[in-house]
Amino acid sequence: MTAHANELAVDVRGLRKQYGDVTAVDGIDLGIRRGEVFGLLGPNGAGKSTTVEILQGNRTRDGGEVSVLGSDPATGTRAWRSRVGIVWQDESAPAELTVRETVRHFARYYPRPRDPEEVIGLVGLEAKAGSRIKALSGGQRRRLDVALGVIGDPDLLLLDEPTTGFDPAARRQFWDLIRLLSDEGTTILLTTHYLEEAEALADRLAVVAKGQVVAEGEPAALRERYGTEATVEWTEPDGVTRTERTDTPTRTVAELMRRFDGEIPGLRVVRPTLEDVYLRLTGQEDAR
Amino acid sequence: MTTTAVRAGAEAPAQRLPGAWGLGLRRGALEIKQFFRQRDQVVFTFAFPVVFLFLFASIFHDDVHGSGVTASQLYVPAMMASGIMSTSFQSLGISIAVERDEKVLRRLRGTPMPPSAYFLGKIWLVLFTGVVETAILLLVGTTLYGVDLPSDASRWFDFAWIFVLGLTGCALLGIAISSVPKSAKSASSVVVLPFLVLQFISGVYISIDTIPDWMLNVGALFPLKWLCQGLRGVFLPDSARVLEQAGSWEFGKVALVLAAWCVGGLVLCLLTFRWKTRRDG
Repeated sequence: MTAHANELAVDVRGLRKQYGDVTAVDGIDLGIRRGEVFGLLGPNGAGKSTTVEILQGNRTRDGGEVSVLGSDPATGTRAWRSRVGIVWQDESAPAELTVRETVRHFARYYPRPRDPEEVIGLVGLEAKAGSRIKALSGGQRRRLDVALGVIGDPDLLLLDEPTTGFDPAARRQFWDLIRLLSDEGTTILLTTHYLEEAEALADRLAVVAKGQVVAEGEPAALRERYGTEATVEWTEPDGVTRTERTDTPTRTVAELMRRFDGEIPGLRVVRPTLEDVYLRLTGQEDAR
Repeated sequence: MTTTAVRAGAEAPAQRLPGAWGLGLRRGALEIKQFFRQRDQVVFTFAFPVVFLFLFASIFHDDVHGSGVTASQLYVPAMMASGIMSTSFQSLGISIAVERDEKVLRRLRGTPMPPSAYFLGKIWLVLFTGVVETAILLLVGTTLYGVDLPSDASRWFDFAWIFVLGLTGCALLGIAISSVPKSAKSASSVVVLPFLVLQFISGVYISIDTIPDWMLNVGALFPLKWLCQGLRGVFLPDSARVLEQAGSWEFGKVALVLAAWCVGGLVLCLLTFRWKTRRDG
């Protein structure tokens, strides 16, 4: 194997971006390995989209080093662009053309495109292939966006909030598509503010808040690392509900058993879900 | 994930990227297809100068003193010039601003499409609609308003270069002005006002022998005045030269100014063209 096998598909060090007085990205580091699905998770305004746009080569940066497939996106050549697929946050396909015309036309831009009919099938738009884009529903347009993102058979696919506005069934369908592309070896970076999406798809994820990475790792490892503290809840004889946060919930329950001499009224032991961990990390705990 | 499933990526052999000319042709075909699918746009684009020709040439039809032509005849080349500018300057100025606002341009920029293919596609669209528009006006002018087609080949040749240079210059100006409006909503106002003013001071609506000299001199800085003058030279008898500011058609100067606008317009486009709106950074 050549040296490229170990090279990161995306390598970001100390990325910074200012909009006037507002610091949107405040020193982000990311390392995405070839072939993995990486989730960038965070609330709206955390700096996810800005980061992805810089990786696409569509936004300038104010500081830091960025390498995407071995090149700096700021100076990306046509050959580099042909290897990076982009699914935008807002759709923008030509309304008067049909799905098939659009996908076929975009295929012409690339040196080694996928078969347009196969791609239309992949995103589940066979039945709409002959329809004008203006006649598609929102979810169908998003699927067309994905088709245009993968038509060039990219090595790296950048998806910015791809399932925003999807109904649950469409979201599941979309997840299957991402898994399929991943199984084919495409490296995928997706931003999302849906925790369950990151958990379902990502091999690894980074949680971003206020322009910084606050946690990074495999979803299960994140839960373990940040979620050891459990909450014990019970009802006192006077009817007041009490809670206690502890790293040793069993000991707390044992003490309560002694006090109540048997059954503990209203007992609940709650382990934090990944969502709790996420909300705590992004400083949104109060939002619950 | 096993390493075998990971793509070779950087080791993939360098494949040839599709060429700009071929893609430009394909984009042109696609642009024309999209244009004709918006039926209301088609009807109004082509009808606008025809309706104005009909109005002006029917209201003003007297002989113009000592020129050997009628006012109606004067309006035929004038409306042709206006039609060429509306299919190029106005339609590109507005449509590109809308495409930028709707992020169509940004999406194209995210593909390996060469930027020149986009501009070539626009030029094919403008050439196509410009030829159709001019042909319609010529048909109306010759059948209803007594304009004769040029009889000698050299006048047809003049017509050809005036058309191509005028259309190209106006198209490039249209691409340049598309960067001015902040959003799609303001695009038509931003583009239509200067076009309307130019039509008044370049001899489209009002005969040039009635326009104050200083206004004509301002108009002379832009291509429309020269486009009008060149087309009058092609379609009117030489006796009408007395109406001109210089007393002649000045074909040499027409060529010079229009060519200068092609070069200047290109430079302006290269310096100012943006793929994103200002708020997209």
